[in-house]
Amino acid sequence: MESNIVLRVKDLSMRYGRNEVLTNVNFEVEKGDYIGIVGPNGSGKTTLIKGLLGLLPCAEGEIEYMEKEKGIQHFGYLPQKILVNDRLFPARVSEIVGIGLIGTKAFPKFIQKEDKEKIERILDRLSILHLKNKRLGDLSGGQQQRVLLARAMVNEPRLLILDEPTSALDPKVREDFYQLIAELNQKEGMTILLVSHDIGSIGKYTKKMMYLDKELVFFGDYERFCKSSDMTAYFGHAAQHQFCWRHTDESDCK
Amino acid sequence: MNQIVSSLLEAFQYQFIIKALIVGSMIALSSSVLGIFLVLKKFSMIGDGLAHVSFATVALALLLNSSPLLVSIPVVILASFLILKLNEKADLHGDAAIGLVSSFSVAFGVLLASVSSGFNVDLFSYLFGSILVISDLDLVLSIILSIVVIVGLFLFYNALVAVAHDEEFAGVIGIDVKLMNRIIAILTSITIVLGIRVVGTMLISSMIIFPTVTALQLSKSFKQTIALSISVSVFCVVTGVLLSFVLNLPSGATIVILNAICFAIFFGIKKIGGRG
Repeated sequence: MESNIVLRVKDLSMRYGRNEVLTNVNFEVEKGDYIGIVGPNGSGKTTLIKGLLGLLPCAEGEIEYMEKEKGIQHFGYLPQKILVNDRLFPARVSEIVGIGLIGTKAFPKFIQKEDKEKIERILDRLSILHLKNKRLGDLSGGQQQRVLLARAMVNEPRLLILDEPTSALDPKVREDFYQLIAELNQKEGMTILLVSHDIGSIGKYTKKMMYLDKELVFFGDYERFCKSSDMTAYFGHAAQHQFCWRHTDESDCK
Repeated sequence: MNQIVSSLLEAFQYQFIIKALIVGSMIALSSSVLGIFLVLKKFSMIGDGLAHVSFATVALALLLNSSPLLVSIPVVILASFLILKLNEKADLHGDAAIGLVSSFSVAFGVLLASVSSGFNVDLFSYLFGSILVISDLDLVLSIILSIVVIVGLFLFYNALVAVAHDEEFAGVIGIDVKLMNRIIAILTSITIVLGIRVVGTMLISSMIIFPTVTALQLSKSFKQTIALSISVSVFCVVTGVLLSFVLNLPSGATIVILNAICFAIFFGIKKIGGRG
């Protein structure tokens, strides 16, 4: 099973200034996982993501990506915010998606012919090939989010990290977006870490759940999350039931 | 009409006009390219701030009786690093960081000037630019600089675009964001020090901001923005230098007014027919 592990987090503690935000977090991500990371505000979700992305140092413990080959992209990252200056930024969709490729390129990071093919392939896969030559700023919020998803995925990362990717989208577009992510996971085996406030709507798709509140309160299969008495203690019975509504018919989580 | 043509022809017989055209075009090219990255990163006023710093360094150089270029370039580069540092570390916004450094430098420059001989002609020529005083050193440096800017842009193009678009993402995928910011800062510093000979410390920031903002009105891709910005910038400098000679106007101000007119035209085209 060892080879199936994409990412291992061991005894991780992280600080923000002087405050310890996360204490002693341990978990492993396996290939093909779709993990929903939830928790209240200030629970350390974003800090954990920053640690995984290498934007913040670990205070203690380690974060280890298992594949060590050179030139592979460990993770693709879709940020929470839609950048404000995107409206003015003078770049075509293909130029923006191309940025996702240059992280693993050696100097000088030129975009080659095969890179252009990669860009077209990912745009096609996300059904936005027709937007290729549009200016990013001229697109709708949902379209922009797909472009940024393409930017995160174009370099074939081993793991896709999404930080509240839908907070700026309206409900219909949000649902479409979650569908798309679920498809990537189910059809292509893409490994996904998704941070969200919105437990109800991601619960429909995730395979595993992680509940953070300054420490790892729960990590395990979605079904166990629903049955967990720890989680019932956290949420109260009614709220837990609500998260788990996809199972109401199967009567597991009543 | 004939008179204008003949005085245009006359212009080309003066060596200082030829020099001004070459140096001006080179500065126009460098400043318009760098301007794109500065404007998109909301660092446009860095040009203004560094121009004020270079005012202080010119005052210092004149006091020490040494070459303004040789004193200014290293000091202005240091000042640009200071601005970046203040912005990164001290939780200051970029504009506030620039404001601090820039007002401090002007005050320092004014004190230096009053200690030496007050505002003499030399210092005044650096305030508003004077194409009459462009030296051979300016000429050589500006040609080298524009080559450096173009080669640098070519080699780091994708990384620079990534940093301009989204610093966090660029950092995540392993691009050295600090290094890219420093590269931009160094090239901008040199451009500004050379540029104040042509348009002066008061007006040099317009050479950084105007061409980019003008190009942004109509451009549809990043490369198009670069091409448009360079064209507008070089056109305005060449036309401005010649026009100022023919009509006996100050060249720096003429160049800036031409830039403003170009902006108005591009803005108008966008509003009427373009992307609205």
